[in-house]
Amino acid sequence: MEQSYESAVGTIQRILGLYFVKCLKGGKMSDSDSDDWSEEWIPYSERNEWADIVPIPQDDGEHPIVAIAYSPKFREVFDYFRAVLAHREKSQRALELTADALRLNPANYTVWQYRRDILRALESDLYEELDYLDEVIRDNAKNYQVWHHRRVIVEMLNDSSKELELTEVALERDNKNYHAWQHRQWAIKTFDLFENELSFVDRLIAEDIRNNSAWNQRFFVLKHFGFTSDVVQREIQYTMNRIRVVKNNESAWNYLGGILKYEDNGTGNCHQEVLSFCEELYTSGVRSPYLLAFLIDLYRDQCLQQSNVTESDVLSRKVFNLCNDMSKKYDIVRRKYWQYIAEQFKENLAEK
Amino acid sequence: MDFTSFAKPSNVDGNNENNSTDLHFWKHVEYIENHGKDQDDYEYCMTEFLRMSGIYWGVTALDIMNQLDRLDRTSIIDFIRRCQCPVTGGFAPCEGHDPHILYTLSAIQILCIYDALNEIDCEAVVRYVSGLQQFDGSFFGDKWGEVDTRFSFCAVAILTLLGRMEGTINVDRAIKFVMSCCNQTDGGFGSKPGAESHAGLIYCCVGFLSLTQSLHLLDVDKLGWWLCERQLTSGGLNGRPEKLPDVCYSWWVLSSLTIMGRLHWISAEKLKQFILTCQDSETGGFADRTGNMPDIFHTLFGIGALSILGFEGLKAINPTLCMPQYVIDRLGIKPQILSKP
Ligand SMILES: [Zn+2]
Repeated sequence: MEQSYESAVGTIQRILGLYFVKCLKGGKMSDSDSDDWSEEWIPYSERNEWADIVPIPQDDGEHPIVAIAYSPKFREVFDYFRAVLAHREKSQRALELTADALRLNPANYTVWQYRRDILRALESDLYEELDYLDEVIRDNAKNYQVWHHRRVIVEMLNDSSKELELTEVALERDNKNYHAWQHRQWAIKTFDLFENELSFVDRLIAEDIRNNSAWNQRFFVLKHFGFTSDVVQREIQYTMNRIRVVKNNESAWNYLGGILKYEDNGTGNCHQEVLSFCEELYTSGVRSPYLLAFLIDLYRDQCLQQSNVTESDVLSRKVFNLCNDMSKKYDIVRRKYWQYIAEQFKENLAEK
Repeated sequence: MDFTSFAKPSNVDGNNENNSTDLHFWKHVEYIENHGKDQDDYEYCMTEFLRMSGIYWGVTALDIMNQLDRLDRTSIIDFIRRCQCPVTGGFAPCEGHDPHILYTLSAIQILCIYDALNEIDCEAVVRYVSGLQQFDGSFFGDKWGEVDTRFSFCAVAILTLLGRMEGTINVDRAIKFVMSCCNQTDGGFGSKPGAESHAGLIYCCVGFLSLTQSLHLLDVDKLGWWLCERQLTSGGLNGRPEKLPDVCYSWWVLSSLTIMGRLHWISAEKLKQFILTCQDSETGGFADRTGNMPDIFHTLFGIGALSILGFEGLKAINPTLCMPQYVIDRLGIKPQILSKP
């Protein structure tokens, strides 16, 4: 995943979380003068069709907090962009200028916004814009602006026929790309493209069984169709089978817990089946913290519902023993958590 | 360790080289102070569109290190004033760009640190933020209509800092939207309903609930477990399962756990070690992880995380607003924080 990020030429930042998270990689930022298109480059100042425009240099005010050394090409393109923006010029040449500017800095959202203004004013062929974006997204798959622009264009066209393929390609390069998944979910929800999504998810989980994004997508799809008891039953089998392959898989265990909640009142057959499955794993020597955490949950719930004192004692001892094992052997780093869980349980028992 | 005994930059870190357990305090101060002064800084020019946040990261980190006087208050405030859009009231990252809620929050945060809210038109900011709320309670980031739980956090953070949460937005609907982004599988939050849980967005949602005094809506035990599962053997924290650890995710997980009163569920010592290995001992600054290039963003979150972990010589930081605690106290703001069980 990191690898495909590194290889995304021209990507200078990942934008995640609250702010723009810049995970700049040393040496990965290509200076605009040394890239592949410098040979045919004709400066704007030497182009006849731009002779009428007076470029506007960056004005940082009297006391610049920032003194910026632009590469000559970068400076020129943005000086012309500022001039075009100042005149609100919406023309074919202005559209092409935004493409140059975005090639130099695809994360500059002001340029994207102005590009949309131009596209609207010119009533441009938006399918051409989609083709253009295929390329830009390929090179800048972790950039907020490109995905957002894509979404606006798809909305303007009211045509989502290319979105599943686009995101599939992006996910082939990085199967956890948050932007691609977001865009895919948006397209699926907005244009009702749920139909074949489950088989897509199946394929991704088969390729990478620990892919949390794919497991999340599975939940997203099934929640849309509804968790009927058949679906719950089927999903539990599916997940248990995946856990048999890789036992210490956080995503699969979380998914199992999420599905199980859809079984009525939590005491049905599925619960019994999952419990036997977990105990079987435990007996065979598996000590994955996820398995143990799951067993603790199951025993605890059962114990608190159990009215028979002897039964309840057996279960509570299991919970305490497992918590103890976690904090002392299998999950020492989180021992405070396990001590807390044991404490909580003690209180719950007292209140019972 | 006592930083007051450290010499100023002239003989920086003289005997600390190769010792990853020390904080290269003065190198970081220098790194932040010089950020943007470098004429050849290509990164700086490429990030013009997020300048406002860049300044917030630097100002906050320096204040946490008790070195705020190294930056020129007047020119920063002038810059911020020039970035307020006269039409919408929102702030652009830099002159010549369009306003966005992300930079509006950064601008307000800087002004609060400088105790200078009177320098701008606060009423216009309130109008801008409340105008971005949608019927379902969510918030747009700007006029282009992207919806994200980040923007919900930004909105309530701005209004809280301005003391204008009452009667300006529909808080109940805002809460409802954020809670609709909570995932039943792991108790975490994503950017939109159905989107995968992600530590950065969990911070936004937990922070949002802290500011709206609604932390009772969280399944603290479940989310807390998922968050402390982010700690890897290196001591660092990742943002999602099977991802690499990162200093900024360490901050987001750490601050969320702190708000939830569950900081003690992870190993603070191991995390501290991980963060310290992400320092660049030559240039100063923190990188996302060991051996990578430092940047100002990870520098703030490295310093911020160390402050939460009680590192000596650093001012206390507020986990919800990622600002010095004394500023939050001065404003009389009390984001909700759950007590340790
Ligand atoms: Zn990071």
